Amino acid sequence: MENPVIDLKGLTKCYGSLKAVDDLNLKIEKGEIFGLLGPNGAGKTTTILMMLGLTEPTSGKALVCGIDATTHPILVKRKVGYMPDSIGFYESMTALENLVYTGKLNGIPGNEAHQRALDLMDLVGLGDSAHKRTSVFSRGMKQRLGLAEVLIKRPEVIILDEPTLGIDPAGVKEFLGLIRELRREQGLTVLLSSHHLHQVQMVCDRVGIFAAGKMQMEGNIHKLSQTLFAEDSYSVSITVREPLPALWEHSDELREIRDVRELRITENLVQIACTSDVTPDIVRFFVAKGLDVMGVHKREFGLDEIYQKYFDNNLIENNTDEKSRSIFKRYLNKK
Amino acid sequence: MKSLAVFSKGTSIKSKHSADPSNAFRVVVGKEVADHIRSWRLILLLALLVLTFLGALYVSLSNIRSAVSNTQDPDSTFLYLKLLTTTDGTMPPFHVFLNFLGPLLGIALGFDAINSEQNNGTLIRLMAQPVYRDNLILAKFVSALMLVGTLFFTLVLLMIGAGLCITGVWIEPVEVLRIFTFAILTVVYVGFWLSLSVLFSIAFKQTATSALAAIGVWLFFTVFYQIVVNLVVGALVPRQAILTETDLAGYNEMLLNILRLAPSQLFSDATTTLLMPSVRSLGPMTMEQMAGAIPSPLPFTESLMVVWPQLSGLIAATFLCFAYSYYLFMRKEIRS
Repeated sequence: MENPVIDLKGLTKCYGSLKAVDDLNLKIEKGEIFGLLGPNGAGKTTTILMMLGLTEPTSGKALVCGIDATTHPILVKRKVGYMPDSIGFYESMTALENLVYTGKLNGIPGNEAHQRALDLMDLVGLGDSAHKRTSVFSRGMKQRLGLAEVLIKRPEVIILDEPTLGIDPAGVKEFLGLIRELRREQGLTVLLSSHHLHQVQMVCDRVGIFAAGKMQMEGNIHKLSQTLFAEDSYSVSITVREPLPALWEHSDELREIRDVRELRITENLVQIACTSDVTPDIVRFFVAKGLDVMGVHKREFGLDEIYQKYFDNNLIENNTDEKSRSIFKRYLNKK
Repeated sequence: MKSLAVFSKGTSIKSKHSADPSNAFRVVVGKEVADHIRSWRLILLLALLVLTFLGALYVSLSNIRSAVSNTQDPDSTFLYLKLLTTTDGTMPPFHVFLNFLGPLLGIALGFDAINSEQNNGTLIRLMAQPVYRDNLILAKFVSALMLVGTLFFTLVLLMIGAGLCITGVWIEPVEVLRIFTFAILTVVYVGFWLSLSVLFSIAFKQTATSALAAIGVWLFFTVFYQIVVNLVVGALVPRQAILTETDLAGYNEMLLNILRLAPSQLFSDATTTLLMPSVRSLGPMTMEQMAGAIPSPLPFTESLMVVWPQLSGLIAATFLCFAYSYYLFMRKEIRS
């Protein structure tokens, strides 16, 4: 990575004693789609704001296209399109007027801004609503309009904060397809933050898992799941007829089975994580205990599990907790 | 979503646009002015102001004959100034009305300048464009002030026109000067309240809070400030019986100066001097100063000299508010 488009160096932001972003280092290359994954309050938006110079980092540097975003925010804003998570438009103006206004703010002359706005509205599927006031727009329509607004300045980098929020599934697919196409045709660099894993999985080249102000891991999804779950690569879910108590008397015994590492019981569903495929042993165990097994489902880990693993750990245990620290260290060393 | 051809059209050669900040400033001002003009708020304010103006003009027109023919009054030759100041007591004259309508105008145009944009989620979108932050607040301020300026100059010109039509008396150049200076002064006065309310709109997140805060300050200065100052001075100053005349004058001067901390006092001092050319001093005058003075109107430049401190005081207060809002806004973290 000689010439990253986005280069964050030791970025830290404190709100009083709370560290929202803690010593973040991240490099994103040109033409890459990077997914920033994290639970609510992980510091995703704060990081993005620092990249745009909308808030000052406590320490560290955010370089976008080689420009320091803290000291030269205007230069950065000329090259970066940003779509905030809760997007709003001037409600007394029509969609077209809103877009043209943004275009003009970017120094595009009136006629051209008008033409570009119309083209982009067609592109995002709002061609028919160009002359409607944005006050009648639904959330999904605003989101689409937001994308058009980001594109009107023809940016080099686009940063999307929760772009798929409030769009219906078909719309999400289109939206993500559009982003991918833009990247291919324009060589745009895209950073999108989300907590919708499947969507991120669909478009991103790389993802970074961000929790408690720290980048816990980054890499492509396949690699992530490999490194993360090298030990617990299988998961077996067993459905039984009768709900089990949370403190099931046989749970310790079940853990004794070879290679079983973790166990989670939710009513009549038992989820077991194991390092090798011991499904037959587990089923035998249940049958021996006289439980009515209704279904057995074995699966490999996907993003959901990665997500759950990281975020649950981080939400329940504080990140100062030694245990979770050591887990991360172990994973990171492996990587 | 359709093909990307529309987007890529012409993008291979990135067109270079000079996105210089002054252009962005003009764009924002244009949009803000358009917003104000289309808003109900301005229409209501306009209606209120025009009604007041017409009412005041009607009262003064019906009393103008007696006012002008009063030979005791050294200002009786200034017909057009009389039009603005004459009243029969049923209604205060226009410039006194402005003393409390001006703040209302300023507050109404500025109290939600920044926080409503923040609440609607448009501020962050705006700030993600290459626009300087100070340009944004300056644009908000300038656009409202442009409207106010246009409004007052229109009213004043209408007044002069109506006066010409109705009385048929030629207007003196000095009257034009005085009336225009009065209009400028009013714009500055409204500008002060505008910058104060813009400041509150940055400091408070809720529009209702900022409106209330601005109205609170206005009420304090129009109603309570005088009462409080009079109370305090009344308690501190010794009884009149044991005071010499110079002491008394000194105390009076002090009281007036304290009262002048209120912008409305500055405004009424300044307008009175401008519209009544015979007013030669705003403080108490001793007998020695009065001796030999002929009750005659002052020339325009002299009147201007008398109100200069008031005018610069108002401008200074405006700038102070603006500088503080600039300071607050530059360091503010904007998130939706």
